[in-house]
Amino acid sequence: MNRVFVKEEACIGCHLCEVYCQVEHSQTKDLIKAFKRESPRPLPRLWVEGGKPVSFAVQCRHCAEPSCVFACLTGALQRDPESGIISVDEERCTGCWTCILACPFGAIKRDTEQRRIVKCDLCPGEDVPACVTACPNEALIYAEV
Amino acid sequence: MARTEKVKYLIIGNSSGGIGAVEAIRGVDKAGMIAIIADEPYPVYSRPLISEYLAEGRPLERMLFRPAGFYENNNIQTHLGRKVKHLDIGEHVAELEDGERITWKKLLLATGGLPVIPEIKGTNLNGVFTFTTLDDAKAIDRFLSRLPERAVEAVVIGGGLIGVSVTEALVRRGARVRVVEMKERILNTILDEEASALEEETLRQAGVEVLTGRTVVEISGEHPVKGVLLDDGSRTPCNLVVIAIGVVPRTGLVSGTGIKVNRGIIVDRHMVTSSPDVYACGDVAEAYDFAYGENRLTPVWPNACIGGRTAGFNMAGIPTEYPGGTAMNSMRYFGLDAVSAGVVTPPDDSYEVLSRKYDYIYRKVVLKDGLVVGMVFVGDIEKSGIVFGLMKDKINADGFKQELVADDFGLASLPEEIWRPGLEIPPSGLASSVPLEQAEEMVMGE
Ligand SMILES: Cc1cc2nc3c(=O)[nH]c(=O)nc-3n(C[C@H](O)[C@H](O)[C@H](O)COP(=O)(O)OP(=O)(O)OC[C@H]3O[C@@H](n4cnc5c(N)ncnc54)[C@H](O)[C@@H]3O)c2cc1C
Repeated sequence: MNRVFVKEEACIGCHLCEVYCQVEHSQTKDLIKAFKRESPRPLPRLWVEGGKPVSFAVQCRHCAEPSCVFACLTGALQRDPESGIISVDEERCTGCWTCILACPFGAIKRDTEQRRIVKCDLCPGEDVPACVTACPNEALIYAEV
Repeated sequence: MARTEKVKYLIIGNSSGGIGAVEAIRGVDKAGMIAIIADEPYPVYSRPLISEYLAEGRPLERMLFRPAGFYENNNIQTHLGRKVKHLDIGEHVAELEDGERITWKKLLLATGGLPVIPEIKGTNLNGVFTFTTLDDAKAIDRFLSRLPERAVEAVVIGGGLIGVSVTEALVRRGARVRVVEMKERILNTILDEEASALEEETLRQAGVEVLTGRTVVEISGEHPVKGVLLDDGSRTPCNLVVIAIGVVPRTGLVSGTGIKVNRGIIVDRHMVTSSPDVYACGDVAEAYDFAYGENRLTPVWPNACIGGRTAGFNMAGIPTEYPGGTAMNSMRYFGLDAVSAGVVTPPDDSYEVLSRKYDYIYRKVVLKDGLVVGMVFVGDIEKSGIVFGLMKDKINADGFKQELVADDFGLASLPEEIWRPGLEIPPSGLASSVPLEQAEEMVMGE
């Protein structure tokens, strides 16, 4: 399966990946509307960490033996055996945050308003995830290992 | 003569541990006959969600841990609502209460725990409950619906995870709740003093009365319950009592079989008991705890799942090592987020403690010889998993330990050699270059 990899040397810490992740996961898929009008405002599913000189984006690694899935109390987190994608069933997630404690990358965030988690879903329906497309310096690479 | 069934894998327990095992087995053995038995009648449901059932009547369909059709799709024979009465380990036979016998090649005991009932008067009164199964939650729900609204005065005996869970559910149902905790503070086995105090404050703000350093010595009333007598001689009127003083491993089935039991069934790093074809996991098992470096009970859902998964692979002939688990909990009672894992209160001064606290934000990391062995995060918990990962992987944190409790802590706070391999294209390169080599023995989680 394809995954997003990070090239730390190329990251300029601009946070555009976060912005376009939010847009992709918004209802309108429109930058201005997503940030100005949508309520709840869509949350980013990856985050730029660090500052100067080191920065990089962190998102779900879609682990082969995913600690978050094994920790999930409700069965909301699942690994698709074919694609290897770790996805969350928003209906079944109760926001207990046990997966957050289990994720060694800190790649899962709370949506406290809707009381459920948000994480990278590799942008279903898109050929290339929005963060990768948006990165101005190719610091994010979408490739198969 | 009673019927005898023959299976390759017999799983006793249809919960986190049992399901973790069957999924692992089916991952590598599509055909071998699997049977799963449980005395609870339901398809696998999320036990922690029984408090949501009680609080707001969450329907069973929304509590199911696996989608409908799970058993059929995975070709698993189910015996739900049936109890195993006796095990003959030598003959590899399990005998059910209704007389049926099932022979097995490999057996997994994922029998969980049973609530402890204190030896005091009145525990059998109408209106006195435990809270570990969906049926318990249903029974409390039925009882509540017969009481006039806003007239419920509940006493919860025990201020641990289960006690506080049922307290929150009862409050959401409009009950007035008193929690009676024998020790000096609530959640005392999974939180440290600071975090317990934050939880207690949060409970009080929600209108819960918390009595610590007290215990109930008698439950009184005819039918139903009328009140409790505390060890200081005071009486508290109530019309509902929930006993939540702890859970003990449900080891009954192995007593007299020679299988070694300490507090739980002792298993090695492959989840095998002292009898070669018998495995155990979850709340019933005493398995490797990586924070303490020894076998311990770690009765939490994730460990049952990973232990079951490890057992499943081994049962199916794929040697797999249990990475170990430790007590790990995430709580969000009355909106306060808190997580903890491992050694939260150091037993002596050979440990180092780093912490930072302001308002309802609290971070604490416990180290021993440079290794993280425990942690408590309250409020801002989103990076707690990174610290938990360091603990699990036994990474020496001496060089950067102060960072672990900093406000801006994240992966980037760690040395490059820790975060880089996880994020970058692995040295083996992109697809089609080098085929992955089969590891000698799999270690779970790697
Ligand atoms: C109210 C509550 C809240 C909780 N909250 C959390 C939480 O937030 N986070 C967390 O990590 N953990 C939580 N837990 C703990 C968690 O539910 C357990 O750690 C987990 O369920 C253990 O799974 P298990 O597979 O070992 O056994 P169990 O879930 O206890 O299941 C045991 C199974 O064995 C079957 N069984 C046992 N003996 C027999 C027999 N003789 N014959 C037939 N069947 C038998 C039972 O029917 C059952 O299916 C909570 C528990 C409770 C009660």
